[in-house]
Amino acid sequence: MADPITAPIPVRADRRVWVAGFLMVLFALVPLYAWRADDVYVLTYFGRMLIFALAAVGLNLILGFGAMASLGHAMYFGFGAYTVGILSTWGLTNGWLHLSLALAVTAFIAIPVGWIALRTRGMAFIMITLAFAQLFFYVFVSLRAFGGDEGLSLTELSGFGALTGNKYAIYLSLLITLVLVLWFTHRLVKSRFGLVLRASRHNESRLNALGTASQPYRLVAYVLSAQICALAGFFMANLTGFVSPSLMSWLISAEFMVMVLLGGMGTVFGPVIGAAGLLLIEDGLKTVTEHWPLVLGALIVLAVIWLRQGLWGLMAPSGDTKASPVDQGEH
Amino acid sequence: MWALPSDVAHTKPMLLTVDSLVKHYGGLCVTDHVNLSVAHGEIHALIGPNGAGKTTLINQITGAVVSDAGRICLSGADVTTWSMAKRARAGMSRSYQINALVASFSALENVLLAVQAGRGHNFYFFKPVMQEQQMVQEAHAFLDRVGFGDDRNQRVAALAYGQQRLVEVAMAMATHPRLLLLDEPMAGLGPTESERMIELLDSLRADYGMLLVEHDMQAVFALANRISVLVYGQVLLCDTPANVRVSELVREAYLGDEDLQ
Amino acid sequence: MTLNLFLGQALNGLQFGILLFLMAAGLTLVFGIMSFVNLAHGSLYMFGAYFAATVASYSGSFVLAIFSSMVLIFLLGAAIDRAGLSILHRRSHLDQVLATFGLVLFSNELVRVVWGNAPIYMDAPDYLSDAVNIFGLNYPAYRFAIIVAGLLVALGLYLLIERTRIGMLIRAGASNRTMVSALGVNIAWLNRFVFALGAGLAGLAGALVGPILSVEPGMGEPVLILTLVVIVIGGIGSIRGAFFGAIVVGLVDTMGRVFVPIWLRATFDPAMAAAIGPALASMLVYLMMAVILAFKPEGLFPLRARG
Repeated sequence: MADPITAPIPVRADRRVWVAGFLMVLFALVPLYAWRADDVYVLTYFGRMLIFALAAVGLNLILGFGAMASLGHAMYFGFGAYTVGILSTWGLTNGWLHLSLALAVTAFIAIPVGWIALRTRGMAFIMITLAFAQLFFYVFVSLRAFGGDEGLSLTELSGFGALTGNKYAIYLSLLITLVLVLWFTHRLVKSRFGLVLRASRHNESRLNALGTASQPYRLVAYVLSAQICALAGFFMANLTGFVSPSLMSWLISAEFMVMVLLGGMGTVFGPVIGAAGLLLIEDGLKTVTEHWPLVLGALIVLAVIWLRQGLWGLMAPSGDTKASPVDQGEH
Repeated sequence: MWALPSDVAHTKPMLLTVDSLVKHYGGLCVTDHVNLSVAHGEIHALIGPNGAGKTTLINQITGAVVSDAGRICLSGADVTTWSMAKRARAGMSRSYQINALVASFSALENVLLAVQAGRGHNFYFFKPVMQEQQMVQEAHAFLDRVGFGDDRNQRVAALAYGQQRLVEVAMAMATHPRLLLLDEPMAGLGPTESERMIELLDSLRADYGMLLVEHDMQAVFALANRISVLVYGQVLLCDTPANVRVSELVREAYLGDEDLQ
Repeated sequence: MTLNLFLGQALNGLQFGILLFLMAAGLTLVFGIMSFVNLAHGSLYMFGAYFAATVASYSGSFVLAIFSSMVLIFLLGAAIDRAGLSILHRRSHLDQVLATFGLVLFSNELVRVVWGNAPIYMDAPDYLSDAVNIFGLNYPAYRFAIIVAGLLVALGLYLLIERTRIGMLIRAGASNRTMVSALGVNIAWLNRFVFALGAGLAGLAGALVGPILSVEPGMGEPVLILTLVVIVIGGIGSIRGAFFGAIVVGLVDTMGRVFVPIWLRATFDPAMAAAIGPALASMLVYLMMAVILAFKPEGLFPLRARG
């Protein structure tokens, strides 16, 4: 049975490639619908889905492929958003400045945080990443100049000339970004770096014995995944025009994780399904009952216990012994 | 075949020298001032009863375990304080007693991992590793060399144990080391597979220096240039197989063990 | 004045630390014995607070509220374990985190359904609503009672772990799970007891905290996260580590929040101090954690052996 990650594409393409393509086309059609129906709200609705998909893809890079369960990735999501918020408040509205600073600041924080956290494994890693996210959560809560607890409504968004604040432009650039990041992830996991990262899940000692110190690779993966989340945050600020510390709450971090799990860890496209799926389920439940967290909470418990391969894993072509080449083992 | 190659004995520097190596675990002295040397082109077997400290010694030599005292020199360089990765890059390689393959990878990917590890850093993000023709061919070559006969693209977890063992050895070779530390490569192999493994190791002799930890006495006496006998962390005897075979000291240590016959 | 402030805050820190210890002891035991991470531990704390407040308002008896709450949550813990949470023992830590996260969502909403969204209140009993005199400082009697109660519980826990048979089994299980079950001990019962004990302690902490904090949905999570910091600093699985970690975290957090702004105001201009003061005070505990972990990733009092 060929390893789906590194084997050459089989002649009869995996049906999941078609489904993924179809989904992305659907997403691309949303602006068309919005324009025809004069309903900009759908752009925000589906844009939010794409944003969470992007963040989940980012987290999956280290969670699915590297077995690094970070329960604090929402903090980078928040950094991306707050970079836009803070710079706008200070009157610095150049969009490229927002973007590059968001990525730079995220890297600047992710490197020491990652370095410290990666000295631990398993449970301790989960707890430490959570604790760091809390640290920054409280920092932003206490920054009264930028809204503090209640958040900040942005009067100015990232400046991109005539396209500033244009929901269509935001949505489409978001979609393109997601596609690019998916492609990048797809290449990354097949690359030499990806091989090391995936080997480092269970065999760090072996890697070291081969001459490849695994820590630097894991750290680089961590920083890259943080930056993808920051990218998502950047779009979040622009799409909604609002930033608040709740973006960095551990509930969001946990939601990212649920999305990755739901979609299918260790697959490239899985997180997109997971994000869309979770948000649709949440919205669906909200229309049925105001006490939807009761149902969602229960569903999550059941999904963890029974849906080990995730939704994307369920859709794998029959005959694959394990759809995801990545074991969900102890880490 | 029963003695060191004559050009090696006492003239060339040793590939590996272990000098008075010590390791304590709490009150227990697991490695007790062990002296050892391995020359290029030599197969040096390390035998001893269970619990003698053989795997710990290997771990100390590779750097997985930090020694309490003593020196380890690789081709003259003192590597005692070096990290595992650094020693590996300097030409040291090991195989594991219990398979340490990446279970979710195929045999090809496992060997590729070793091949690319031997080629400097691996911060290459874009090119699929399978498109690196040179490395892939090299990986195939190593699998050929060890006589791997199964599906190279199937996950190793699904392979027969004997085939997995071959991948273990291939990985150890694929970093182009000078020193091979093999921890019970015969472990779990049936008679035919053991025969093939012995032939393989024999054919590799000239290209590497090997420290071979083994329980399989047939293999040991077929392959070894020298044998060190490790008992309770101490090297009881280091001599040619012929002398070890007749040694009273060793007989006592193996009392009850009929393998020496 | 400053000495009184210092002493008062130190006592507050101690009191906070004791509460954290009650939370951390249970969580670290559960992790040590069963390798099970329970994010819903904060929910048990929350239920403890709610039960205690409810019992107190119906019965008028504070003591009854505290004890019944502790017992109830103990039983709840046993029931949850029996009902199926034990399936997760064999799963990866990630699965445990996500599943217990689902439980957190469920619990917070359940509390809203039963008690509503608004915070409920619990009064300290009359005989503890005054102040006690400690080294010249008038300190709230209730908070002092928490310290005393907490230390007694800590002592009781110590005696249980070190001096009883079941404590011996717990200690053995913490360093070698498989060995203990190989000895014929009913590991399921031991696990259930430990889990219930941890739950009971969390419930007690929640019950005690009723009069000094508002009892509301989601109150468990901030405490849970600090508890995780305590465990990480102290060393996962170690009760001694949990105790020292809790006291340290309690003191640093409480006193940091008061004295860092004071120090900032003395050192920098008021605007600067006002801007970064609260942020820095919040960060203090986590910065301390980061520093400790940078040097000792396994915590200050790590357990040695593992099962």
